[in-house]
Amino acid sequence: MIEVKDLHKAFGAVKAVDGVSFTARDGEITGLLGPNGAGKTTTLRMLYTLMTPDRGQVLIDGVDAATDALTVRRRLGVLPDARGLYKRLTARENIDYFAHLQGLPDDEVRSRRDALIEALDMADIADRRTEGFSQGQRVKTAIARALVHDPRNVILDEPTNGLDVMATRALRQFMLKLKAEGRCVLFSSHIMQEVAALCDRIVVIAHGRVVADETPDALRAQTGEANLEEAFVKLIGSEEGLAA
Amino acid sequence: MNKMDNHPLRRSRAFLTVFLKEVRENLRDRRTLTSAFLMGPLLTPLLFVMIITVTINRELDKAEQPLKVPVIGAQYAPNLLGALEAGGVVPQPALADPERAVRDQQADLVLRIAPDYPKAWRKGEPVQVELIYDSSQRDSSTPVERVTRLVEGYSRQQGAMRLIARGLSPALGTPVVVAKRDQATAQSRAVLMFNMLPYLFVLTIFIGGMYLAIDLTAGERERQSLEPLFANPVPRWKIFLGKLAAICAFSTASLVICLVAFSVVGGFIPTEKLGMEVHLGASFALYVLLLQLPLIVLLGALQSMVAAFAKSYREAQTYLSVLMMVPILPSIALMVMPLKPQNWMYAVPLLGQHLGILDLVRGEGVAAVPLALCLAGTSLAALLVTLVTMQLYRSERLAISG
Repeated sequence: MIEVKDLHKAFGAVKAVDGVSFTARDGEITGLLGPNGAGKTTTLRMLYTLMTPDRGQVLIDGVDAATDALTVRRRLGVLPDARGLYKRLTARENIDYFAHLQGLPDDEVRSRRDALIEALDMADIADRRTEGFSQGQRVKTAIARALVHDPRNVILDEPTNGLDVMATRALRQFMLKLKAEGRCVLFSSHIMQEVAALCDRIVVIAHGRVVADETPDALRAQTGEANLEEAFVKLIGSEEGLAA
Repeated sequence: MNKMDNHPLRRSRAFLTVFLKEVRENLRDRRTLTSAFLMGPLLTPLLFVMIITVTINRELDKAEQPLKVPVIGAQYAPNLLGALEAGGVVPQPALADPERAVRDQQADLVLRIAPDYPKAWRKGEPVQVELIYDSSQRDSSTPVERVTRLVEGYSRQQGAMRLIARGLSPALGTPVVVAKRDQATAQSRAVLMFNMLPYLFVLTIFIGGMYLAIDLTAGERERQSLEPLFANPVPRWKIFLGKLAAICAFSTASLVICLVAFSVVGGFIPTEKLGMEVHLGASFALYVLLLQLPLIVLLGALQSMVAAFAKSYREAQTYLSVLMMVPILPSIALMVMPLKPQNWMYAVPLLGQHLGILDLVRGEGVAAVPLALCLAGTSLAALLVTLVTMQLYRSERLAISG
């Protein structure tokens, strides 16, 4: 479970995150929806302890990120906005590197890695160097790398960015599988349909603040719009930065 | 599912994991390999041996070779000409405009004998011969000295004969005589030539680790892989130490290759022609390696620190090229103001290694106290820079590329 309480983060005079609170529960998919530049990535970066909040608290499974960052990172699987694979290593070596950094024993490294290669349908690329991978192959490798330690909480920053239709569909199936396994899945997106199709709960962020935190149905009811996209535009107050 | 949270006591060997991964990844990079294991360590010994050999041979050749000198007014002083010819000078036909010929580098030097030479000579008055040359030309000084020496020798000889002819002792004309007693041994003469050797070793270490240092900080940041890396439950300082160890492994390998190359090609330096003795054998190599070990860590940490400030690979490359100039400072400083080595100087990083290596070349070996000071001083500096860079690694800015 991921609990976020009143997060603030400023870069100079720019308030990137200005009082964000929400909760993402186990066995649910929570979508962080907002236009580009709304503060989604900065919020997520504070969750996985890459950045320190100016104010506010992050709890992962009840563990405070400010006091025990290492435990928090152990309980999180993170696909950052920057995928950053090592191009001179094969997909398998990329996954193994993170597995070892997570401190998995050798037999577990092998079994977890092979299970993920199977689940993500990437056996054909596992022993190729990642240089020259397509966007979809890169995302698969990065996800396998992020989940190799079997984390209860999964954070995905714009996971479908740059993927084609087939890859997007496969990724959605995979996220539903994570949910079925009882994990807490939190992902960010600026794409309406995606969030509507997947999420149990939608947190809408605009200008560094949470403007709505509801189920998709409640969101429609709250704004009085039957169409979720219209509801979204109404919530963030403009069409700026919105990509359908 | 039940396994998910049951591993609180997993022990990660992060240092080793990072080290092995960086070594493996960079062994697959052709550019890093050529610069660390070919260009850096092999080019410098070859270059060094070539320069030394050419220098030695040129000096030797010059002393023996016939020297062609255009002479104006040769007919006025046949005896002087005879003496010059005996000293290896080959007189050439006169030139119309000697000053211009020298400036245009058509001749290194021109000898001019005035028409009143025979008259003054007969009267027993001092006569002048002119040497026309351009001291800003690199090749002029040795021939000028040689001709001057010959003319002065001839002058002394004739002076002595005049004194004898007048019934006086030639010793009257030279009340004071300088006797040169050179205390240089064969080895210590070698030191002058080998002054740049310490810098070459530092350069090899520097080049050996440079691409790694860039790749592991600025490069990783540019490729945006630092962010996922830092999401792992490993303190950043452990990651940095693993990377630093990889850099040091490459630069050490570089230095070892360089030392092996030196002990092979060192045998081809014709030092015996100058009566020098130089030992570039196994014990020399081992001592150099020992002296340089803390410096390897210091340079690796310094390179990482500089690369961590850079936003991109290219920027880091620029900064490091500038940093590469720093190790040459002790060599230059010692050339400009030759200081008597004091013990404390050995504790100064770079300077200590410089002095220590020159001690080795001189064949004296490094004494225990300077050796200890050198190792301790540089180790301390390496520790400090490592700590500062570890601190730098904690910065939020470091991980974020966008």
